[in-house]
Amino acid sequence: MEFGPHLMLAALEGAITAAILALTAVGLSLTFGVMRVVNVAHGEFFMLGAVAAWFISTTIGGHPAWGFIAAVVLAPLIIGLLAASADWLVLKRLDYDPERTIVATIGLLYIIQQGALIGFGPNAQPVEPPFSHRIALPWFEWTEAGFEMYYPWGLSTNSYKLFIIFAAAMLLLGLWLIMTRTKVGLVMRATQQDRDMATAFGIPVERIYALTFGLGAALAALGAVLIVPVQQAYYLMGHDPLLLSFIVVIIGGLGSLRGTVLAALLIGMSDGIISVFFSPTLAKIIATLLVAMVLVFRPQGLFGKGVH
Amino acid sequence: MTSTKKTAISRRSTLGLLGGAALAPAVLPGLSGFAQAQSSAPIKIGFQLHRTGIGAAYGRWYERTSNAAVARINEMGGINGRPVELVIEDDGTDPKRGAEVVEKFATQHECDIGFGTLFSHVVYGSAPRAGELKLPYFVCSEGHHVASGALNRYVLQPGITDVKSQVQAMAPFVADNLGKKVTMIFPDFAFGHDHRDFFSEAIEAQGGEVVAKIAIPPTETSFTKYFPQIPRETEVIYHVMVGPAVLTFVKEMGEFFGPSRPEIFGFIDSLEAVDLSSPGLEFLEGTYFWEGNPRYAQADQSDHDKAYRAAIGIDDNGASLTDSADVSTYAHMFSCWETLNVIKRGMETAGYQGPADRVKLIEAIEDMTDMAHSDDHPQGAKLFNGKTHQVFGHQYISQVEEGRLNVKHTTAIEDGFYEDEVDYTAQSF
Repeated sequence: MEFGPHLMLAALEGAITAAILALTAVGLSLTFGVMRVVNVAHGEFFMLGAVAAWFISTTIGGHPAWGFIAAVVLAPLIIGLLAASADWLVLKRLDYDPERTIVATIGLLYIIQQGALIGFGPNAQPVEPPFSHRIALPWFEWTEAGFEMYYPWGLSTNSYKLFIIFAAAMLLLGLWLIMTRTKVGLVMRATQQDRDMATAFGIPVERIYALTFGLGAALAALGAVLIVPVQQAYYLMGHDPLLLSFIVVIIGGLGSLRGTVLAALLIGMSDGIISVFFSPTLAKIIATLLVAMVLVFRPQGLFGKGVH
Repeated sequence: MTSTKKTAISRRSTLGLLGGAALAPAVLPGLSGFAQAQSSAPIKIGFQLHRTGIGAAYGRWYERTSNAAVARINEMGGINGRPVELVIEDDGTDPKRGAEVVEKFATQHECDIGFGTLFSHVVYGSAPRAGELKLPYFVCSEGHHVASGALNRYVLQPGITDVKSQVQAMAPFVADNLGKKVTMIFPDFAFGHDHRDFFSEAIEAQGGEVVAKIAIPPTETSFTKYFPQIPRETEVIYHVMVGPAVLTFVKEMGEFFGPSRPEIFGFIDSLEAVDLSSPGLEFLEGTYFWEGNPRYAQADQSDHDKAYRAAIGIDDNGASLTDSADVSTYAHMFSCWETLNVIKRGMETAGYQGPADRVKLIEAIEDMTDMAHSDDHPQGAKLFNGKTHQVFGHQYISQVEEGRLNVKHTTAIEDGFYEDEVDYTAQSF
């Protein structure tokens, strides 16, 4: 493939990765920012979202759009409630101690993963997209005959993939509005800045924690619901989103939503472009190297505010 | 009407009785064998199963096929008058766990032999331990690992042809009918590397060339990013993929090419356990697939294939009788059935009584050559090479026509022959 169309395809693929990654990583960043909990089970909530989408869409049947709409509404809600109850059942009992919650969420990871294996089974299951049209993209070249437009092999995208990018952007905008314009957002930010002071002002910190943990998981689940029609639901699919989310959150600055979204764009786009031009392994190597560099030269992350 | 029906039935049952009487002498030696057997304890076959991990779809069907084969063997009187029992251990399609499972078979379960592994990296991980434990280890994997001499005398592959032989038999068809400039897409582990190396060799021998080799990790979930590496001059895409995301792989390939695809020749591995009528696979119409065993019952279907499908519970479309969406791994799983029958024949020839006779069993199988097309070998006739511990059989090339696979070409067994690369019989036990 020529350089031009190749780059365009890579950018499109990268944008999809970035969109889903932004949603997932913002969820992780939120739980860390507000609760100071490193949620190792975050990828499993992502997986549960995909599994729930498969379950809901196959139960509903009929046109795939109905199943999809139901999954978008129900899956994040169910996964969010599940996560909130895990918070109440496990993390709260550990007083949100940073070290012990890491171990506890590792435990959660295995429980959820093996639970999915028992309940959902070891096979990958496809979910039909609500709509999908191949959109061939033209390219231009100078030939002896002059300026010509042609349709190169493979330079195409799909209406549903474009929808993913759009939907993720809207969801992130919505989240930003919640965080900055609503009382819930204000209370969450207050808890993030100073837990003790928030308690002193009568904020029900424990309920805010459960809400935050649930919201973080719901965002991961939502990302999975969006991506599952182009991938498949599989009980081991939580690994990569977890790893990439950590990379993004560290680069963007722990707890900074703006930083997380920008880092997701950076990592997603570079992952797309590097893996198309070189290899997906190299893309992961570079992302990990970037994390190391950030940790050495700017430990608070590119957009972090530094240690309080 | 009723009376005719009754007569028909009674005539049939009479025939059945007669048949039973005729069969009785054949069964009797088995019965007397049971009486003479030193032990009536079951022969334990350790079944290393990919129940979870990336091989789970194959595992599900390898288990059903093996259970059906063992049930049939037991109905026929077992082996040397003893019933056969499968001891199943999940290896998670993981080489490290594979070696542990082999160890469990030998020491904990006290199995007579080990059996059933498919994924080549698990075979590579497990075979050395089987050799150390002196446990005969029958793999159903297709990999060239056995015949290449990389393993040891305790490892045999008597149920399915290896990749080197398969691709060599098929390369002429690709070069003559589809094109000479081939781009290969394959999984990035031992099995895929076998395809890469041996198909490149085979197509060059036909005057063709491989213009690009695209390796994809078997755990990958998104594939569009790999396809731009396909050069524009490509005439034929050769694809073989495994893992949980094969359906996504094929769909994204279709989406990549759109209406102007090159010729496509795939290994059915890319769509094993996947319904050909899944949305997004329409572009496959007219493309070709290798099949180890034709998934759709063909017009000239043999009685052996009919009996085999019935025993496992598979319909004419290669799906489960109870759930038409549960598509089998038909092109591969016959290897379990046939391997178990080879084990039975080998144990009977060797007069196998227990682990002390393991060497005799291996020697008996090394002496085998012809395997006739029969209920024991429903996929077709085969020729076993005792020196390389590898069997050679027919391969099928099918074309997708109106959403089903119709066989267009069947290769001869000799098409897949190559020079021996090892003589295991010269190795000590």
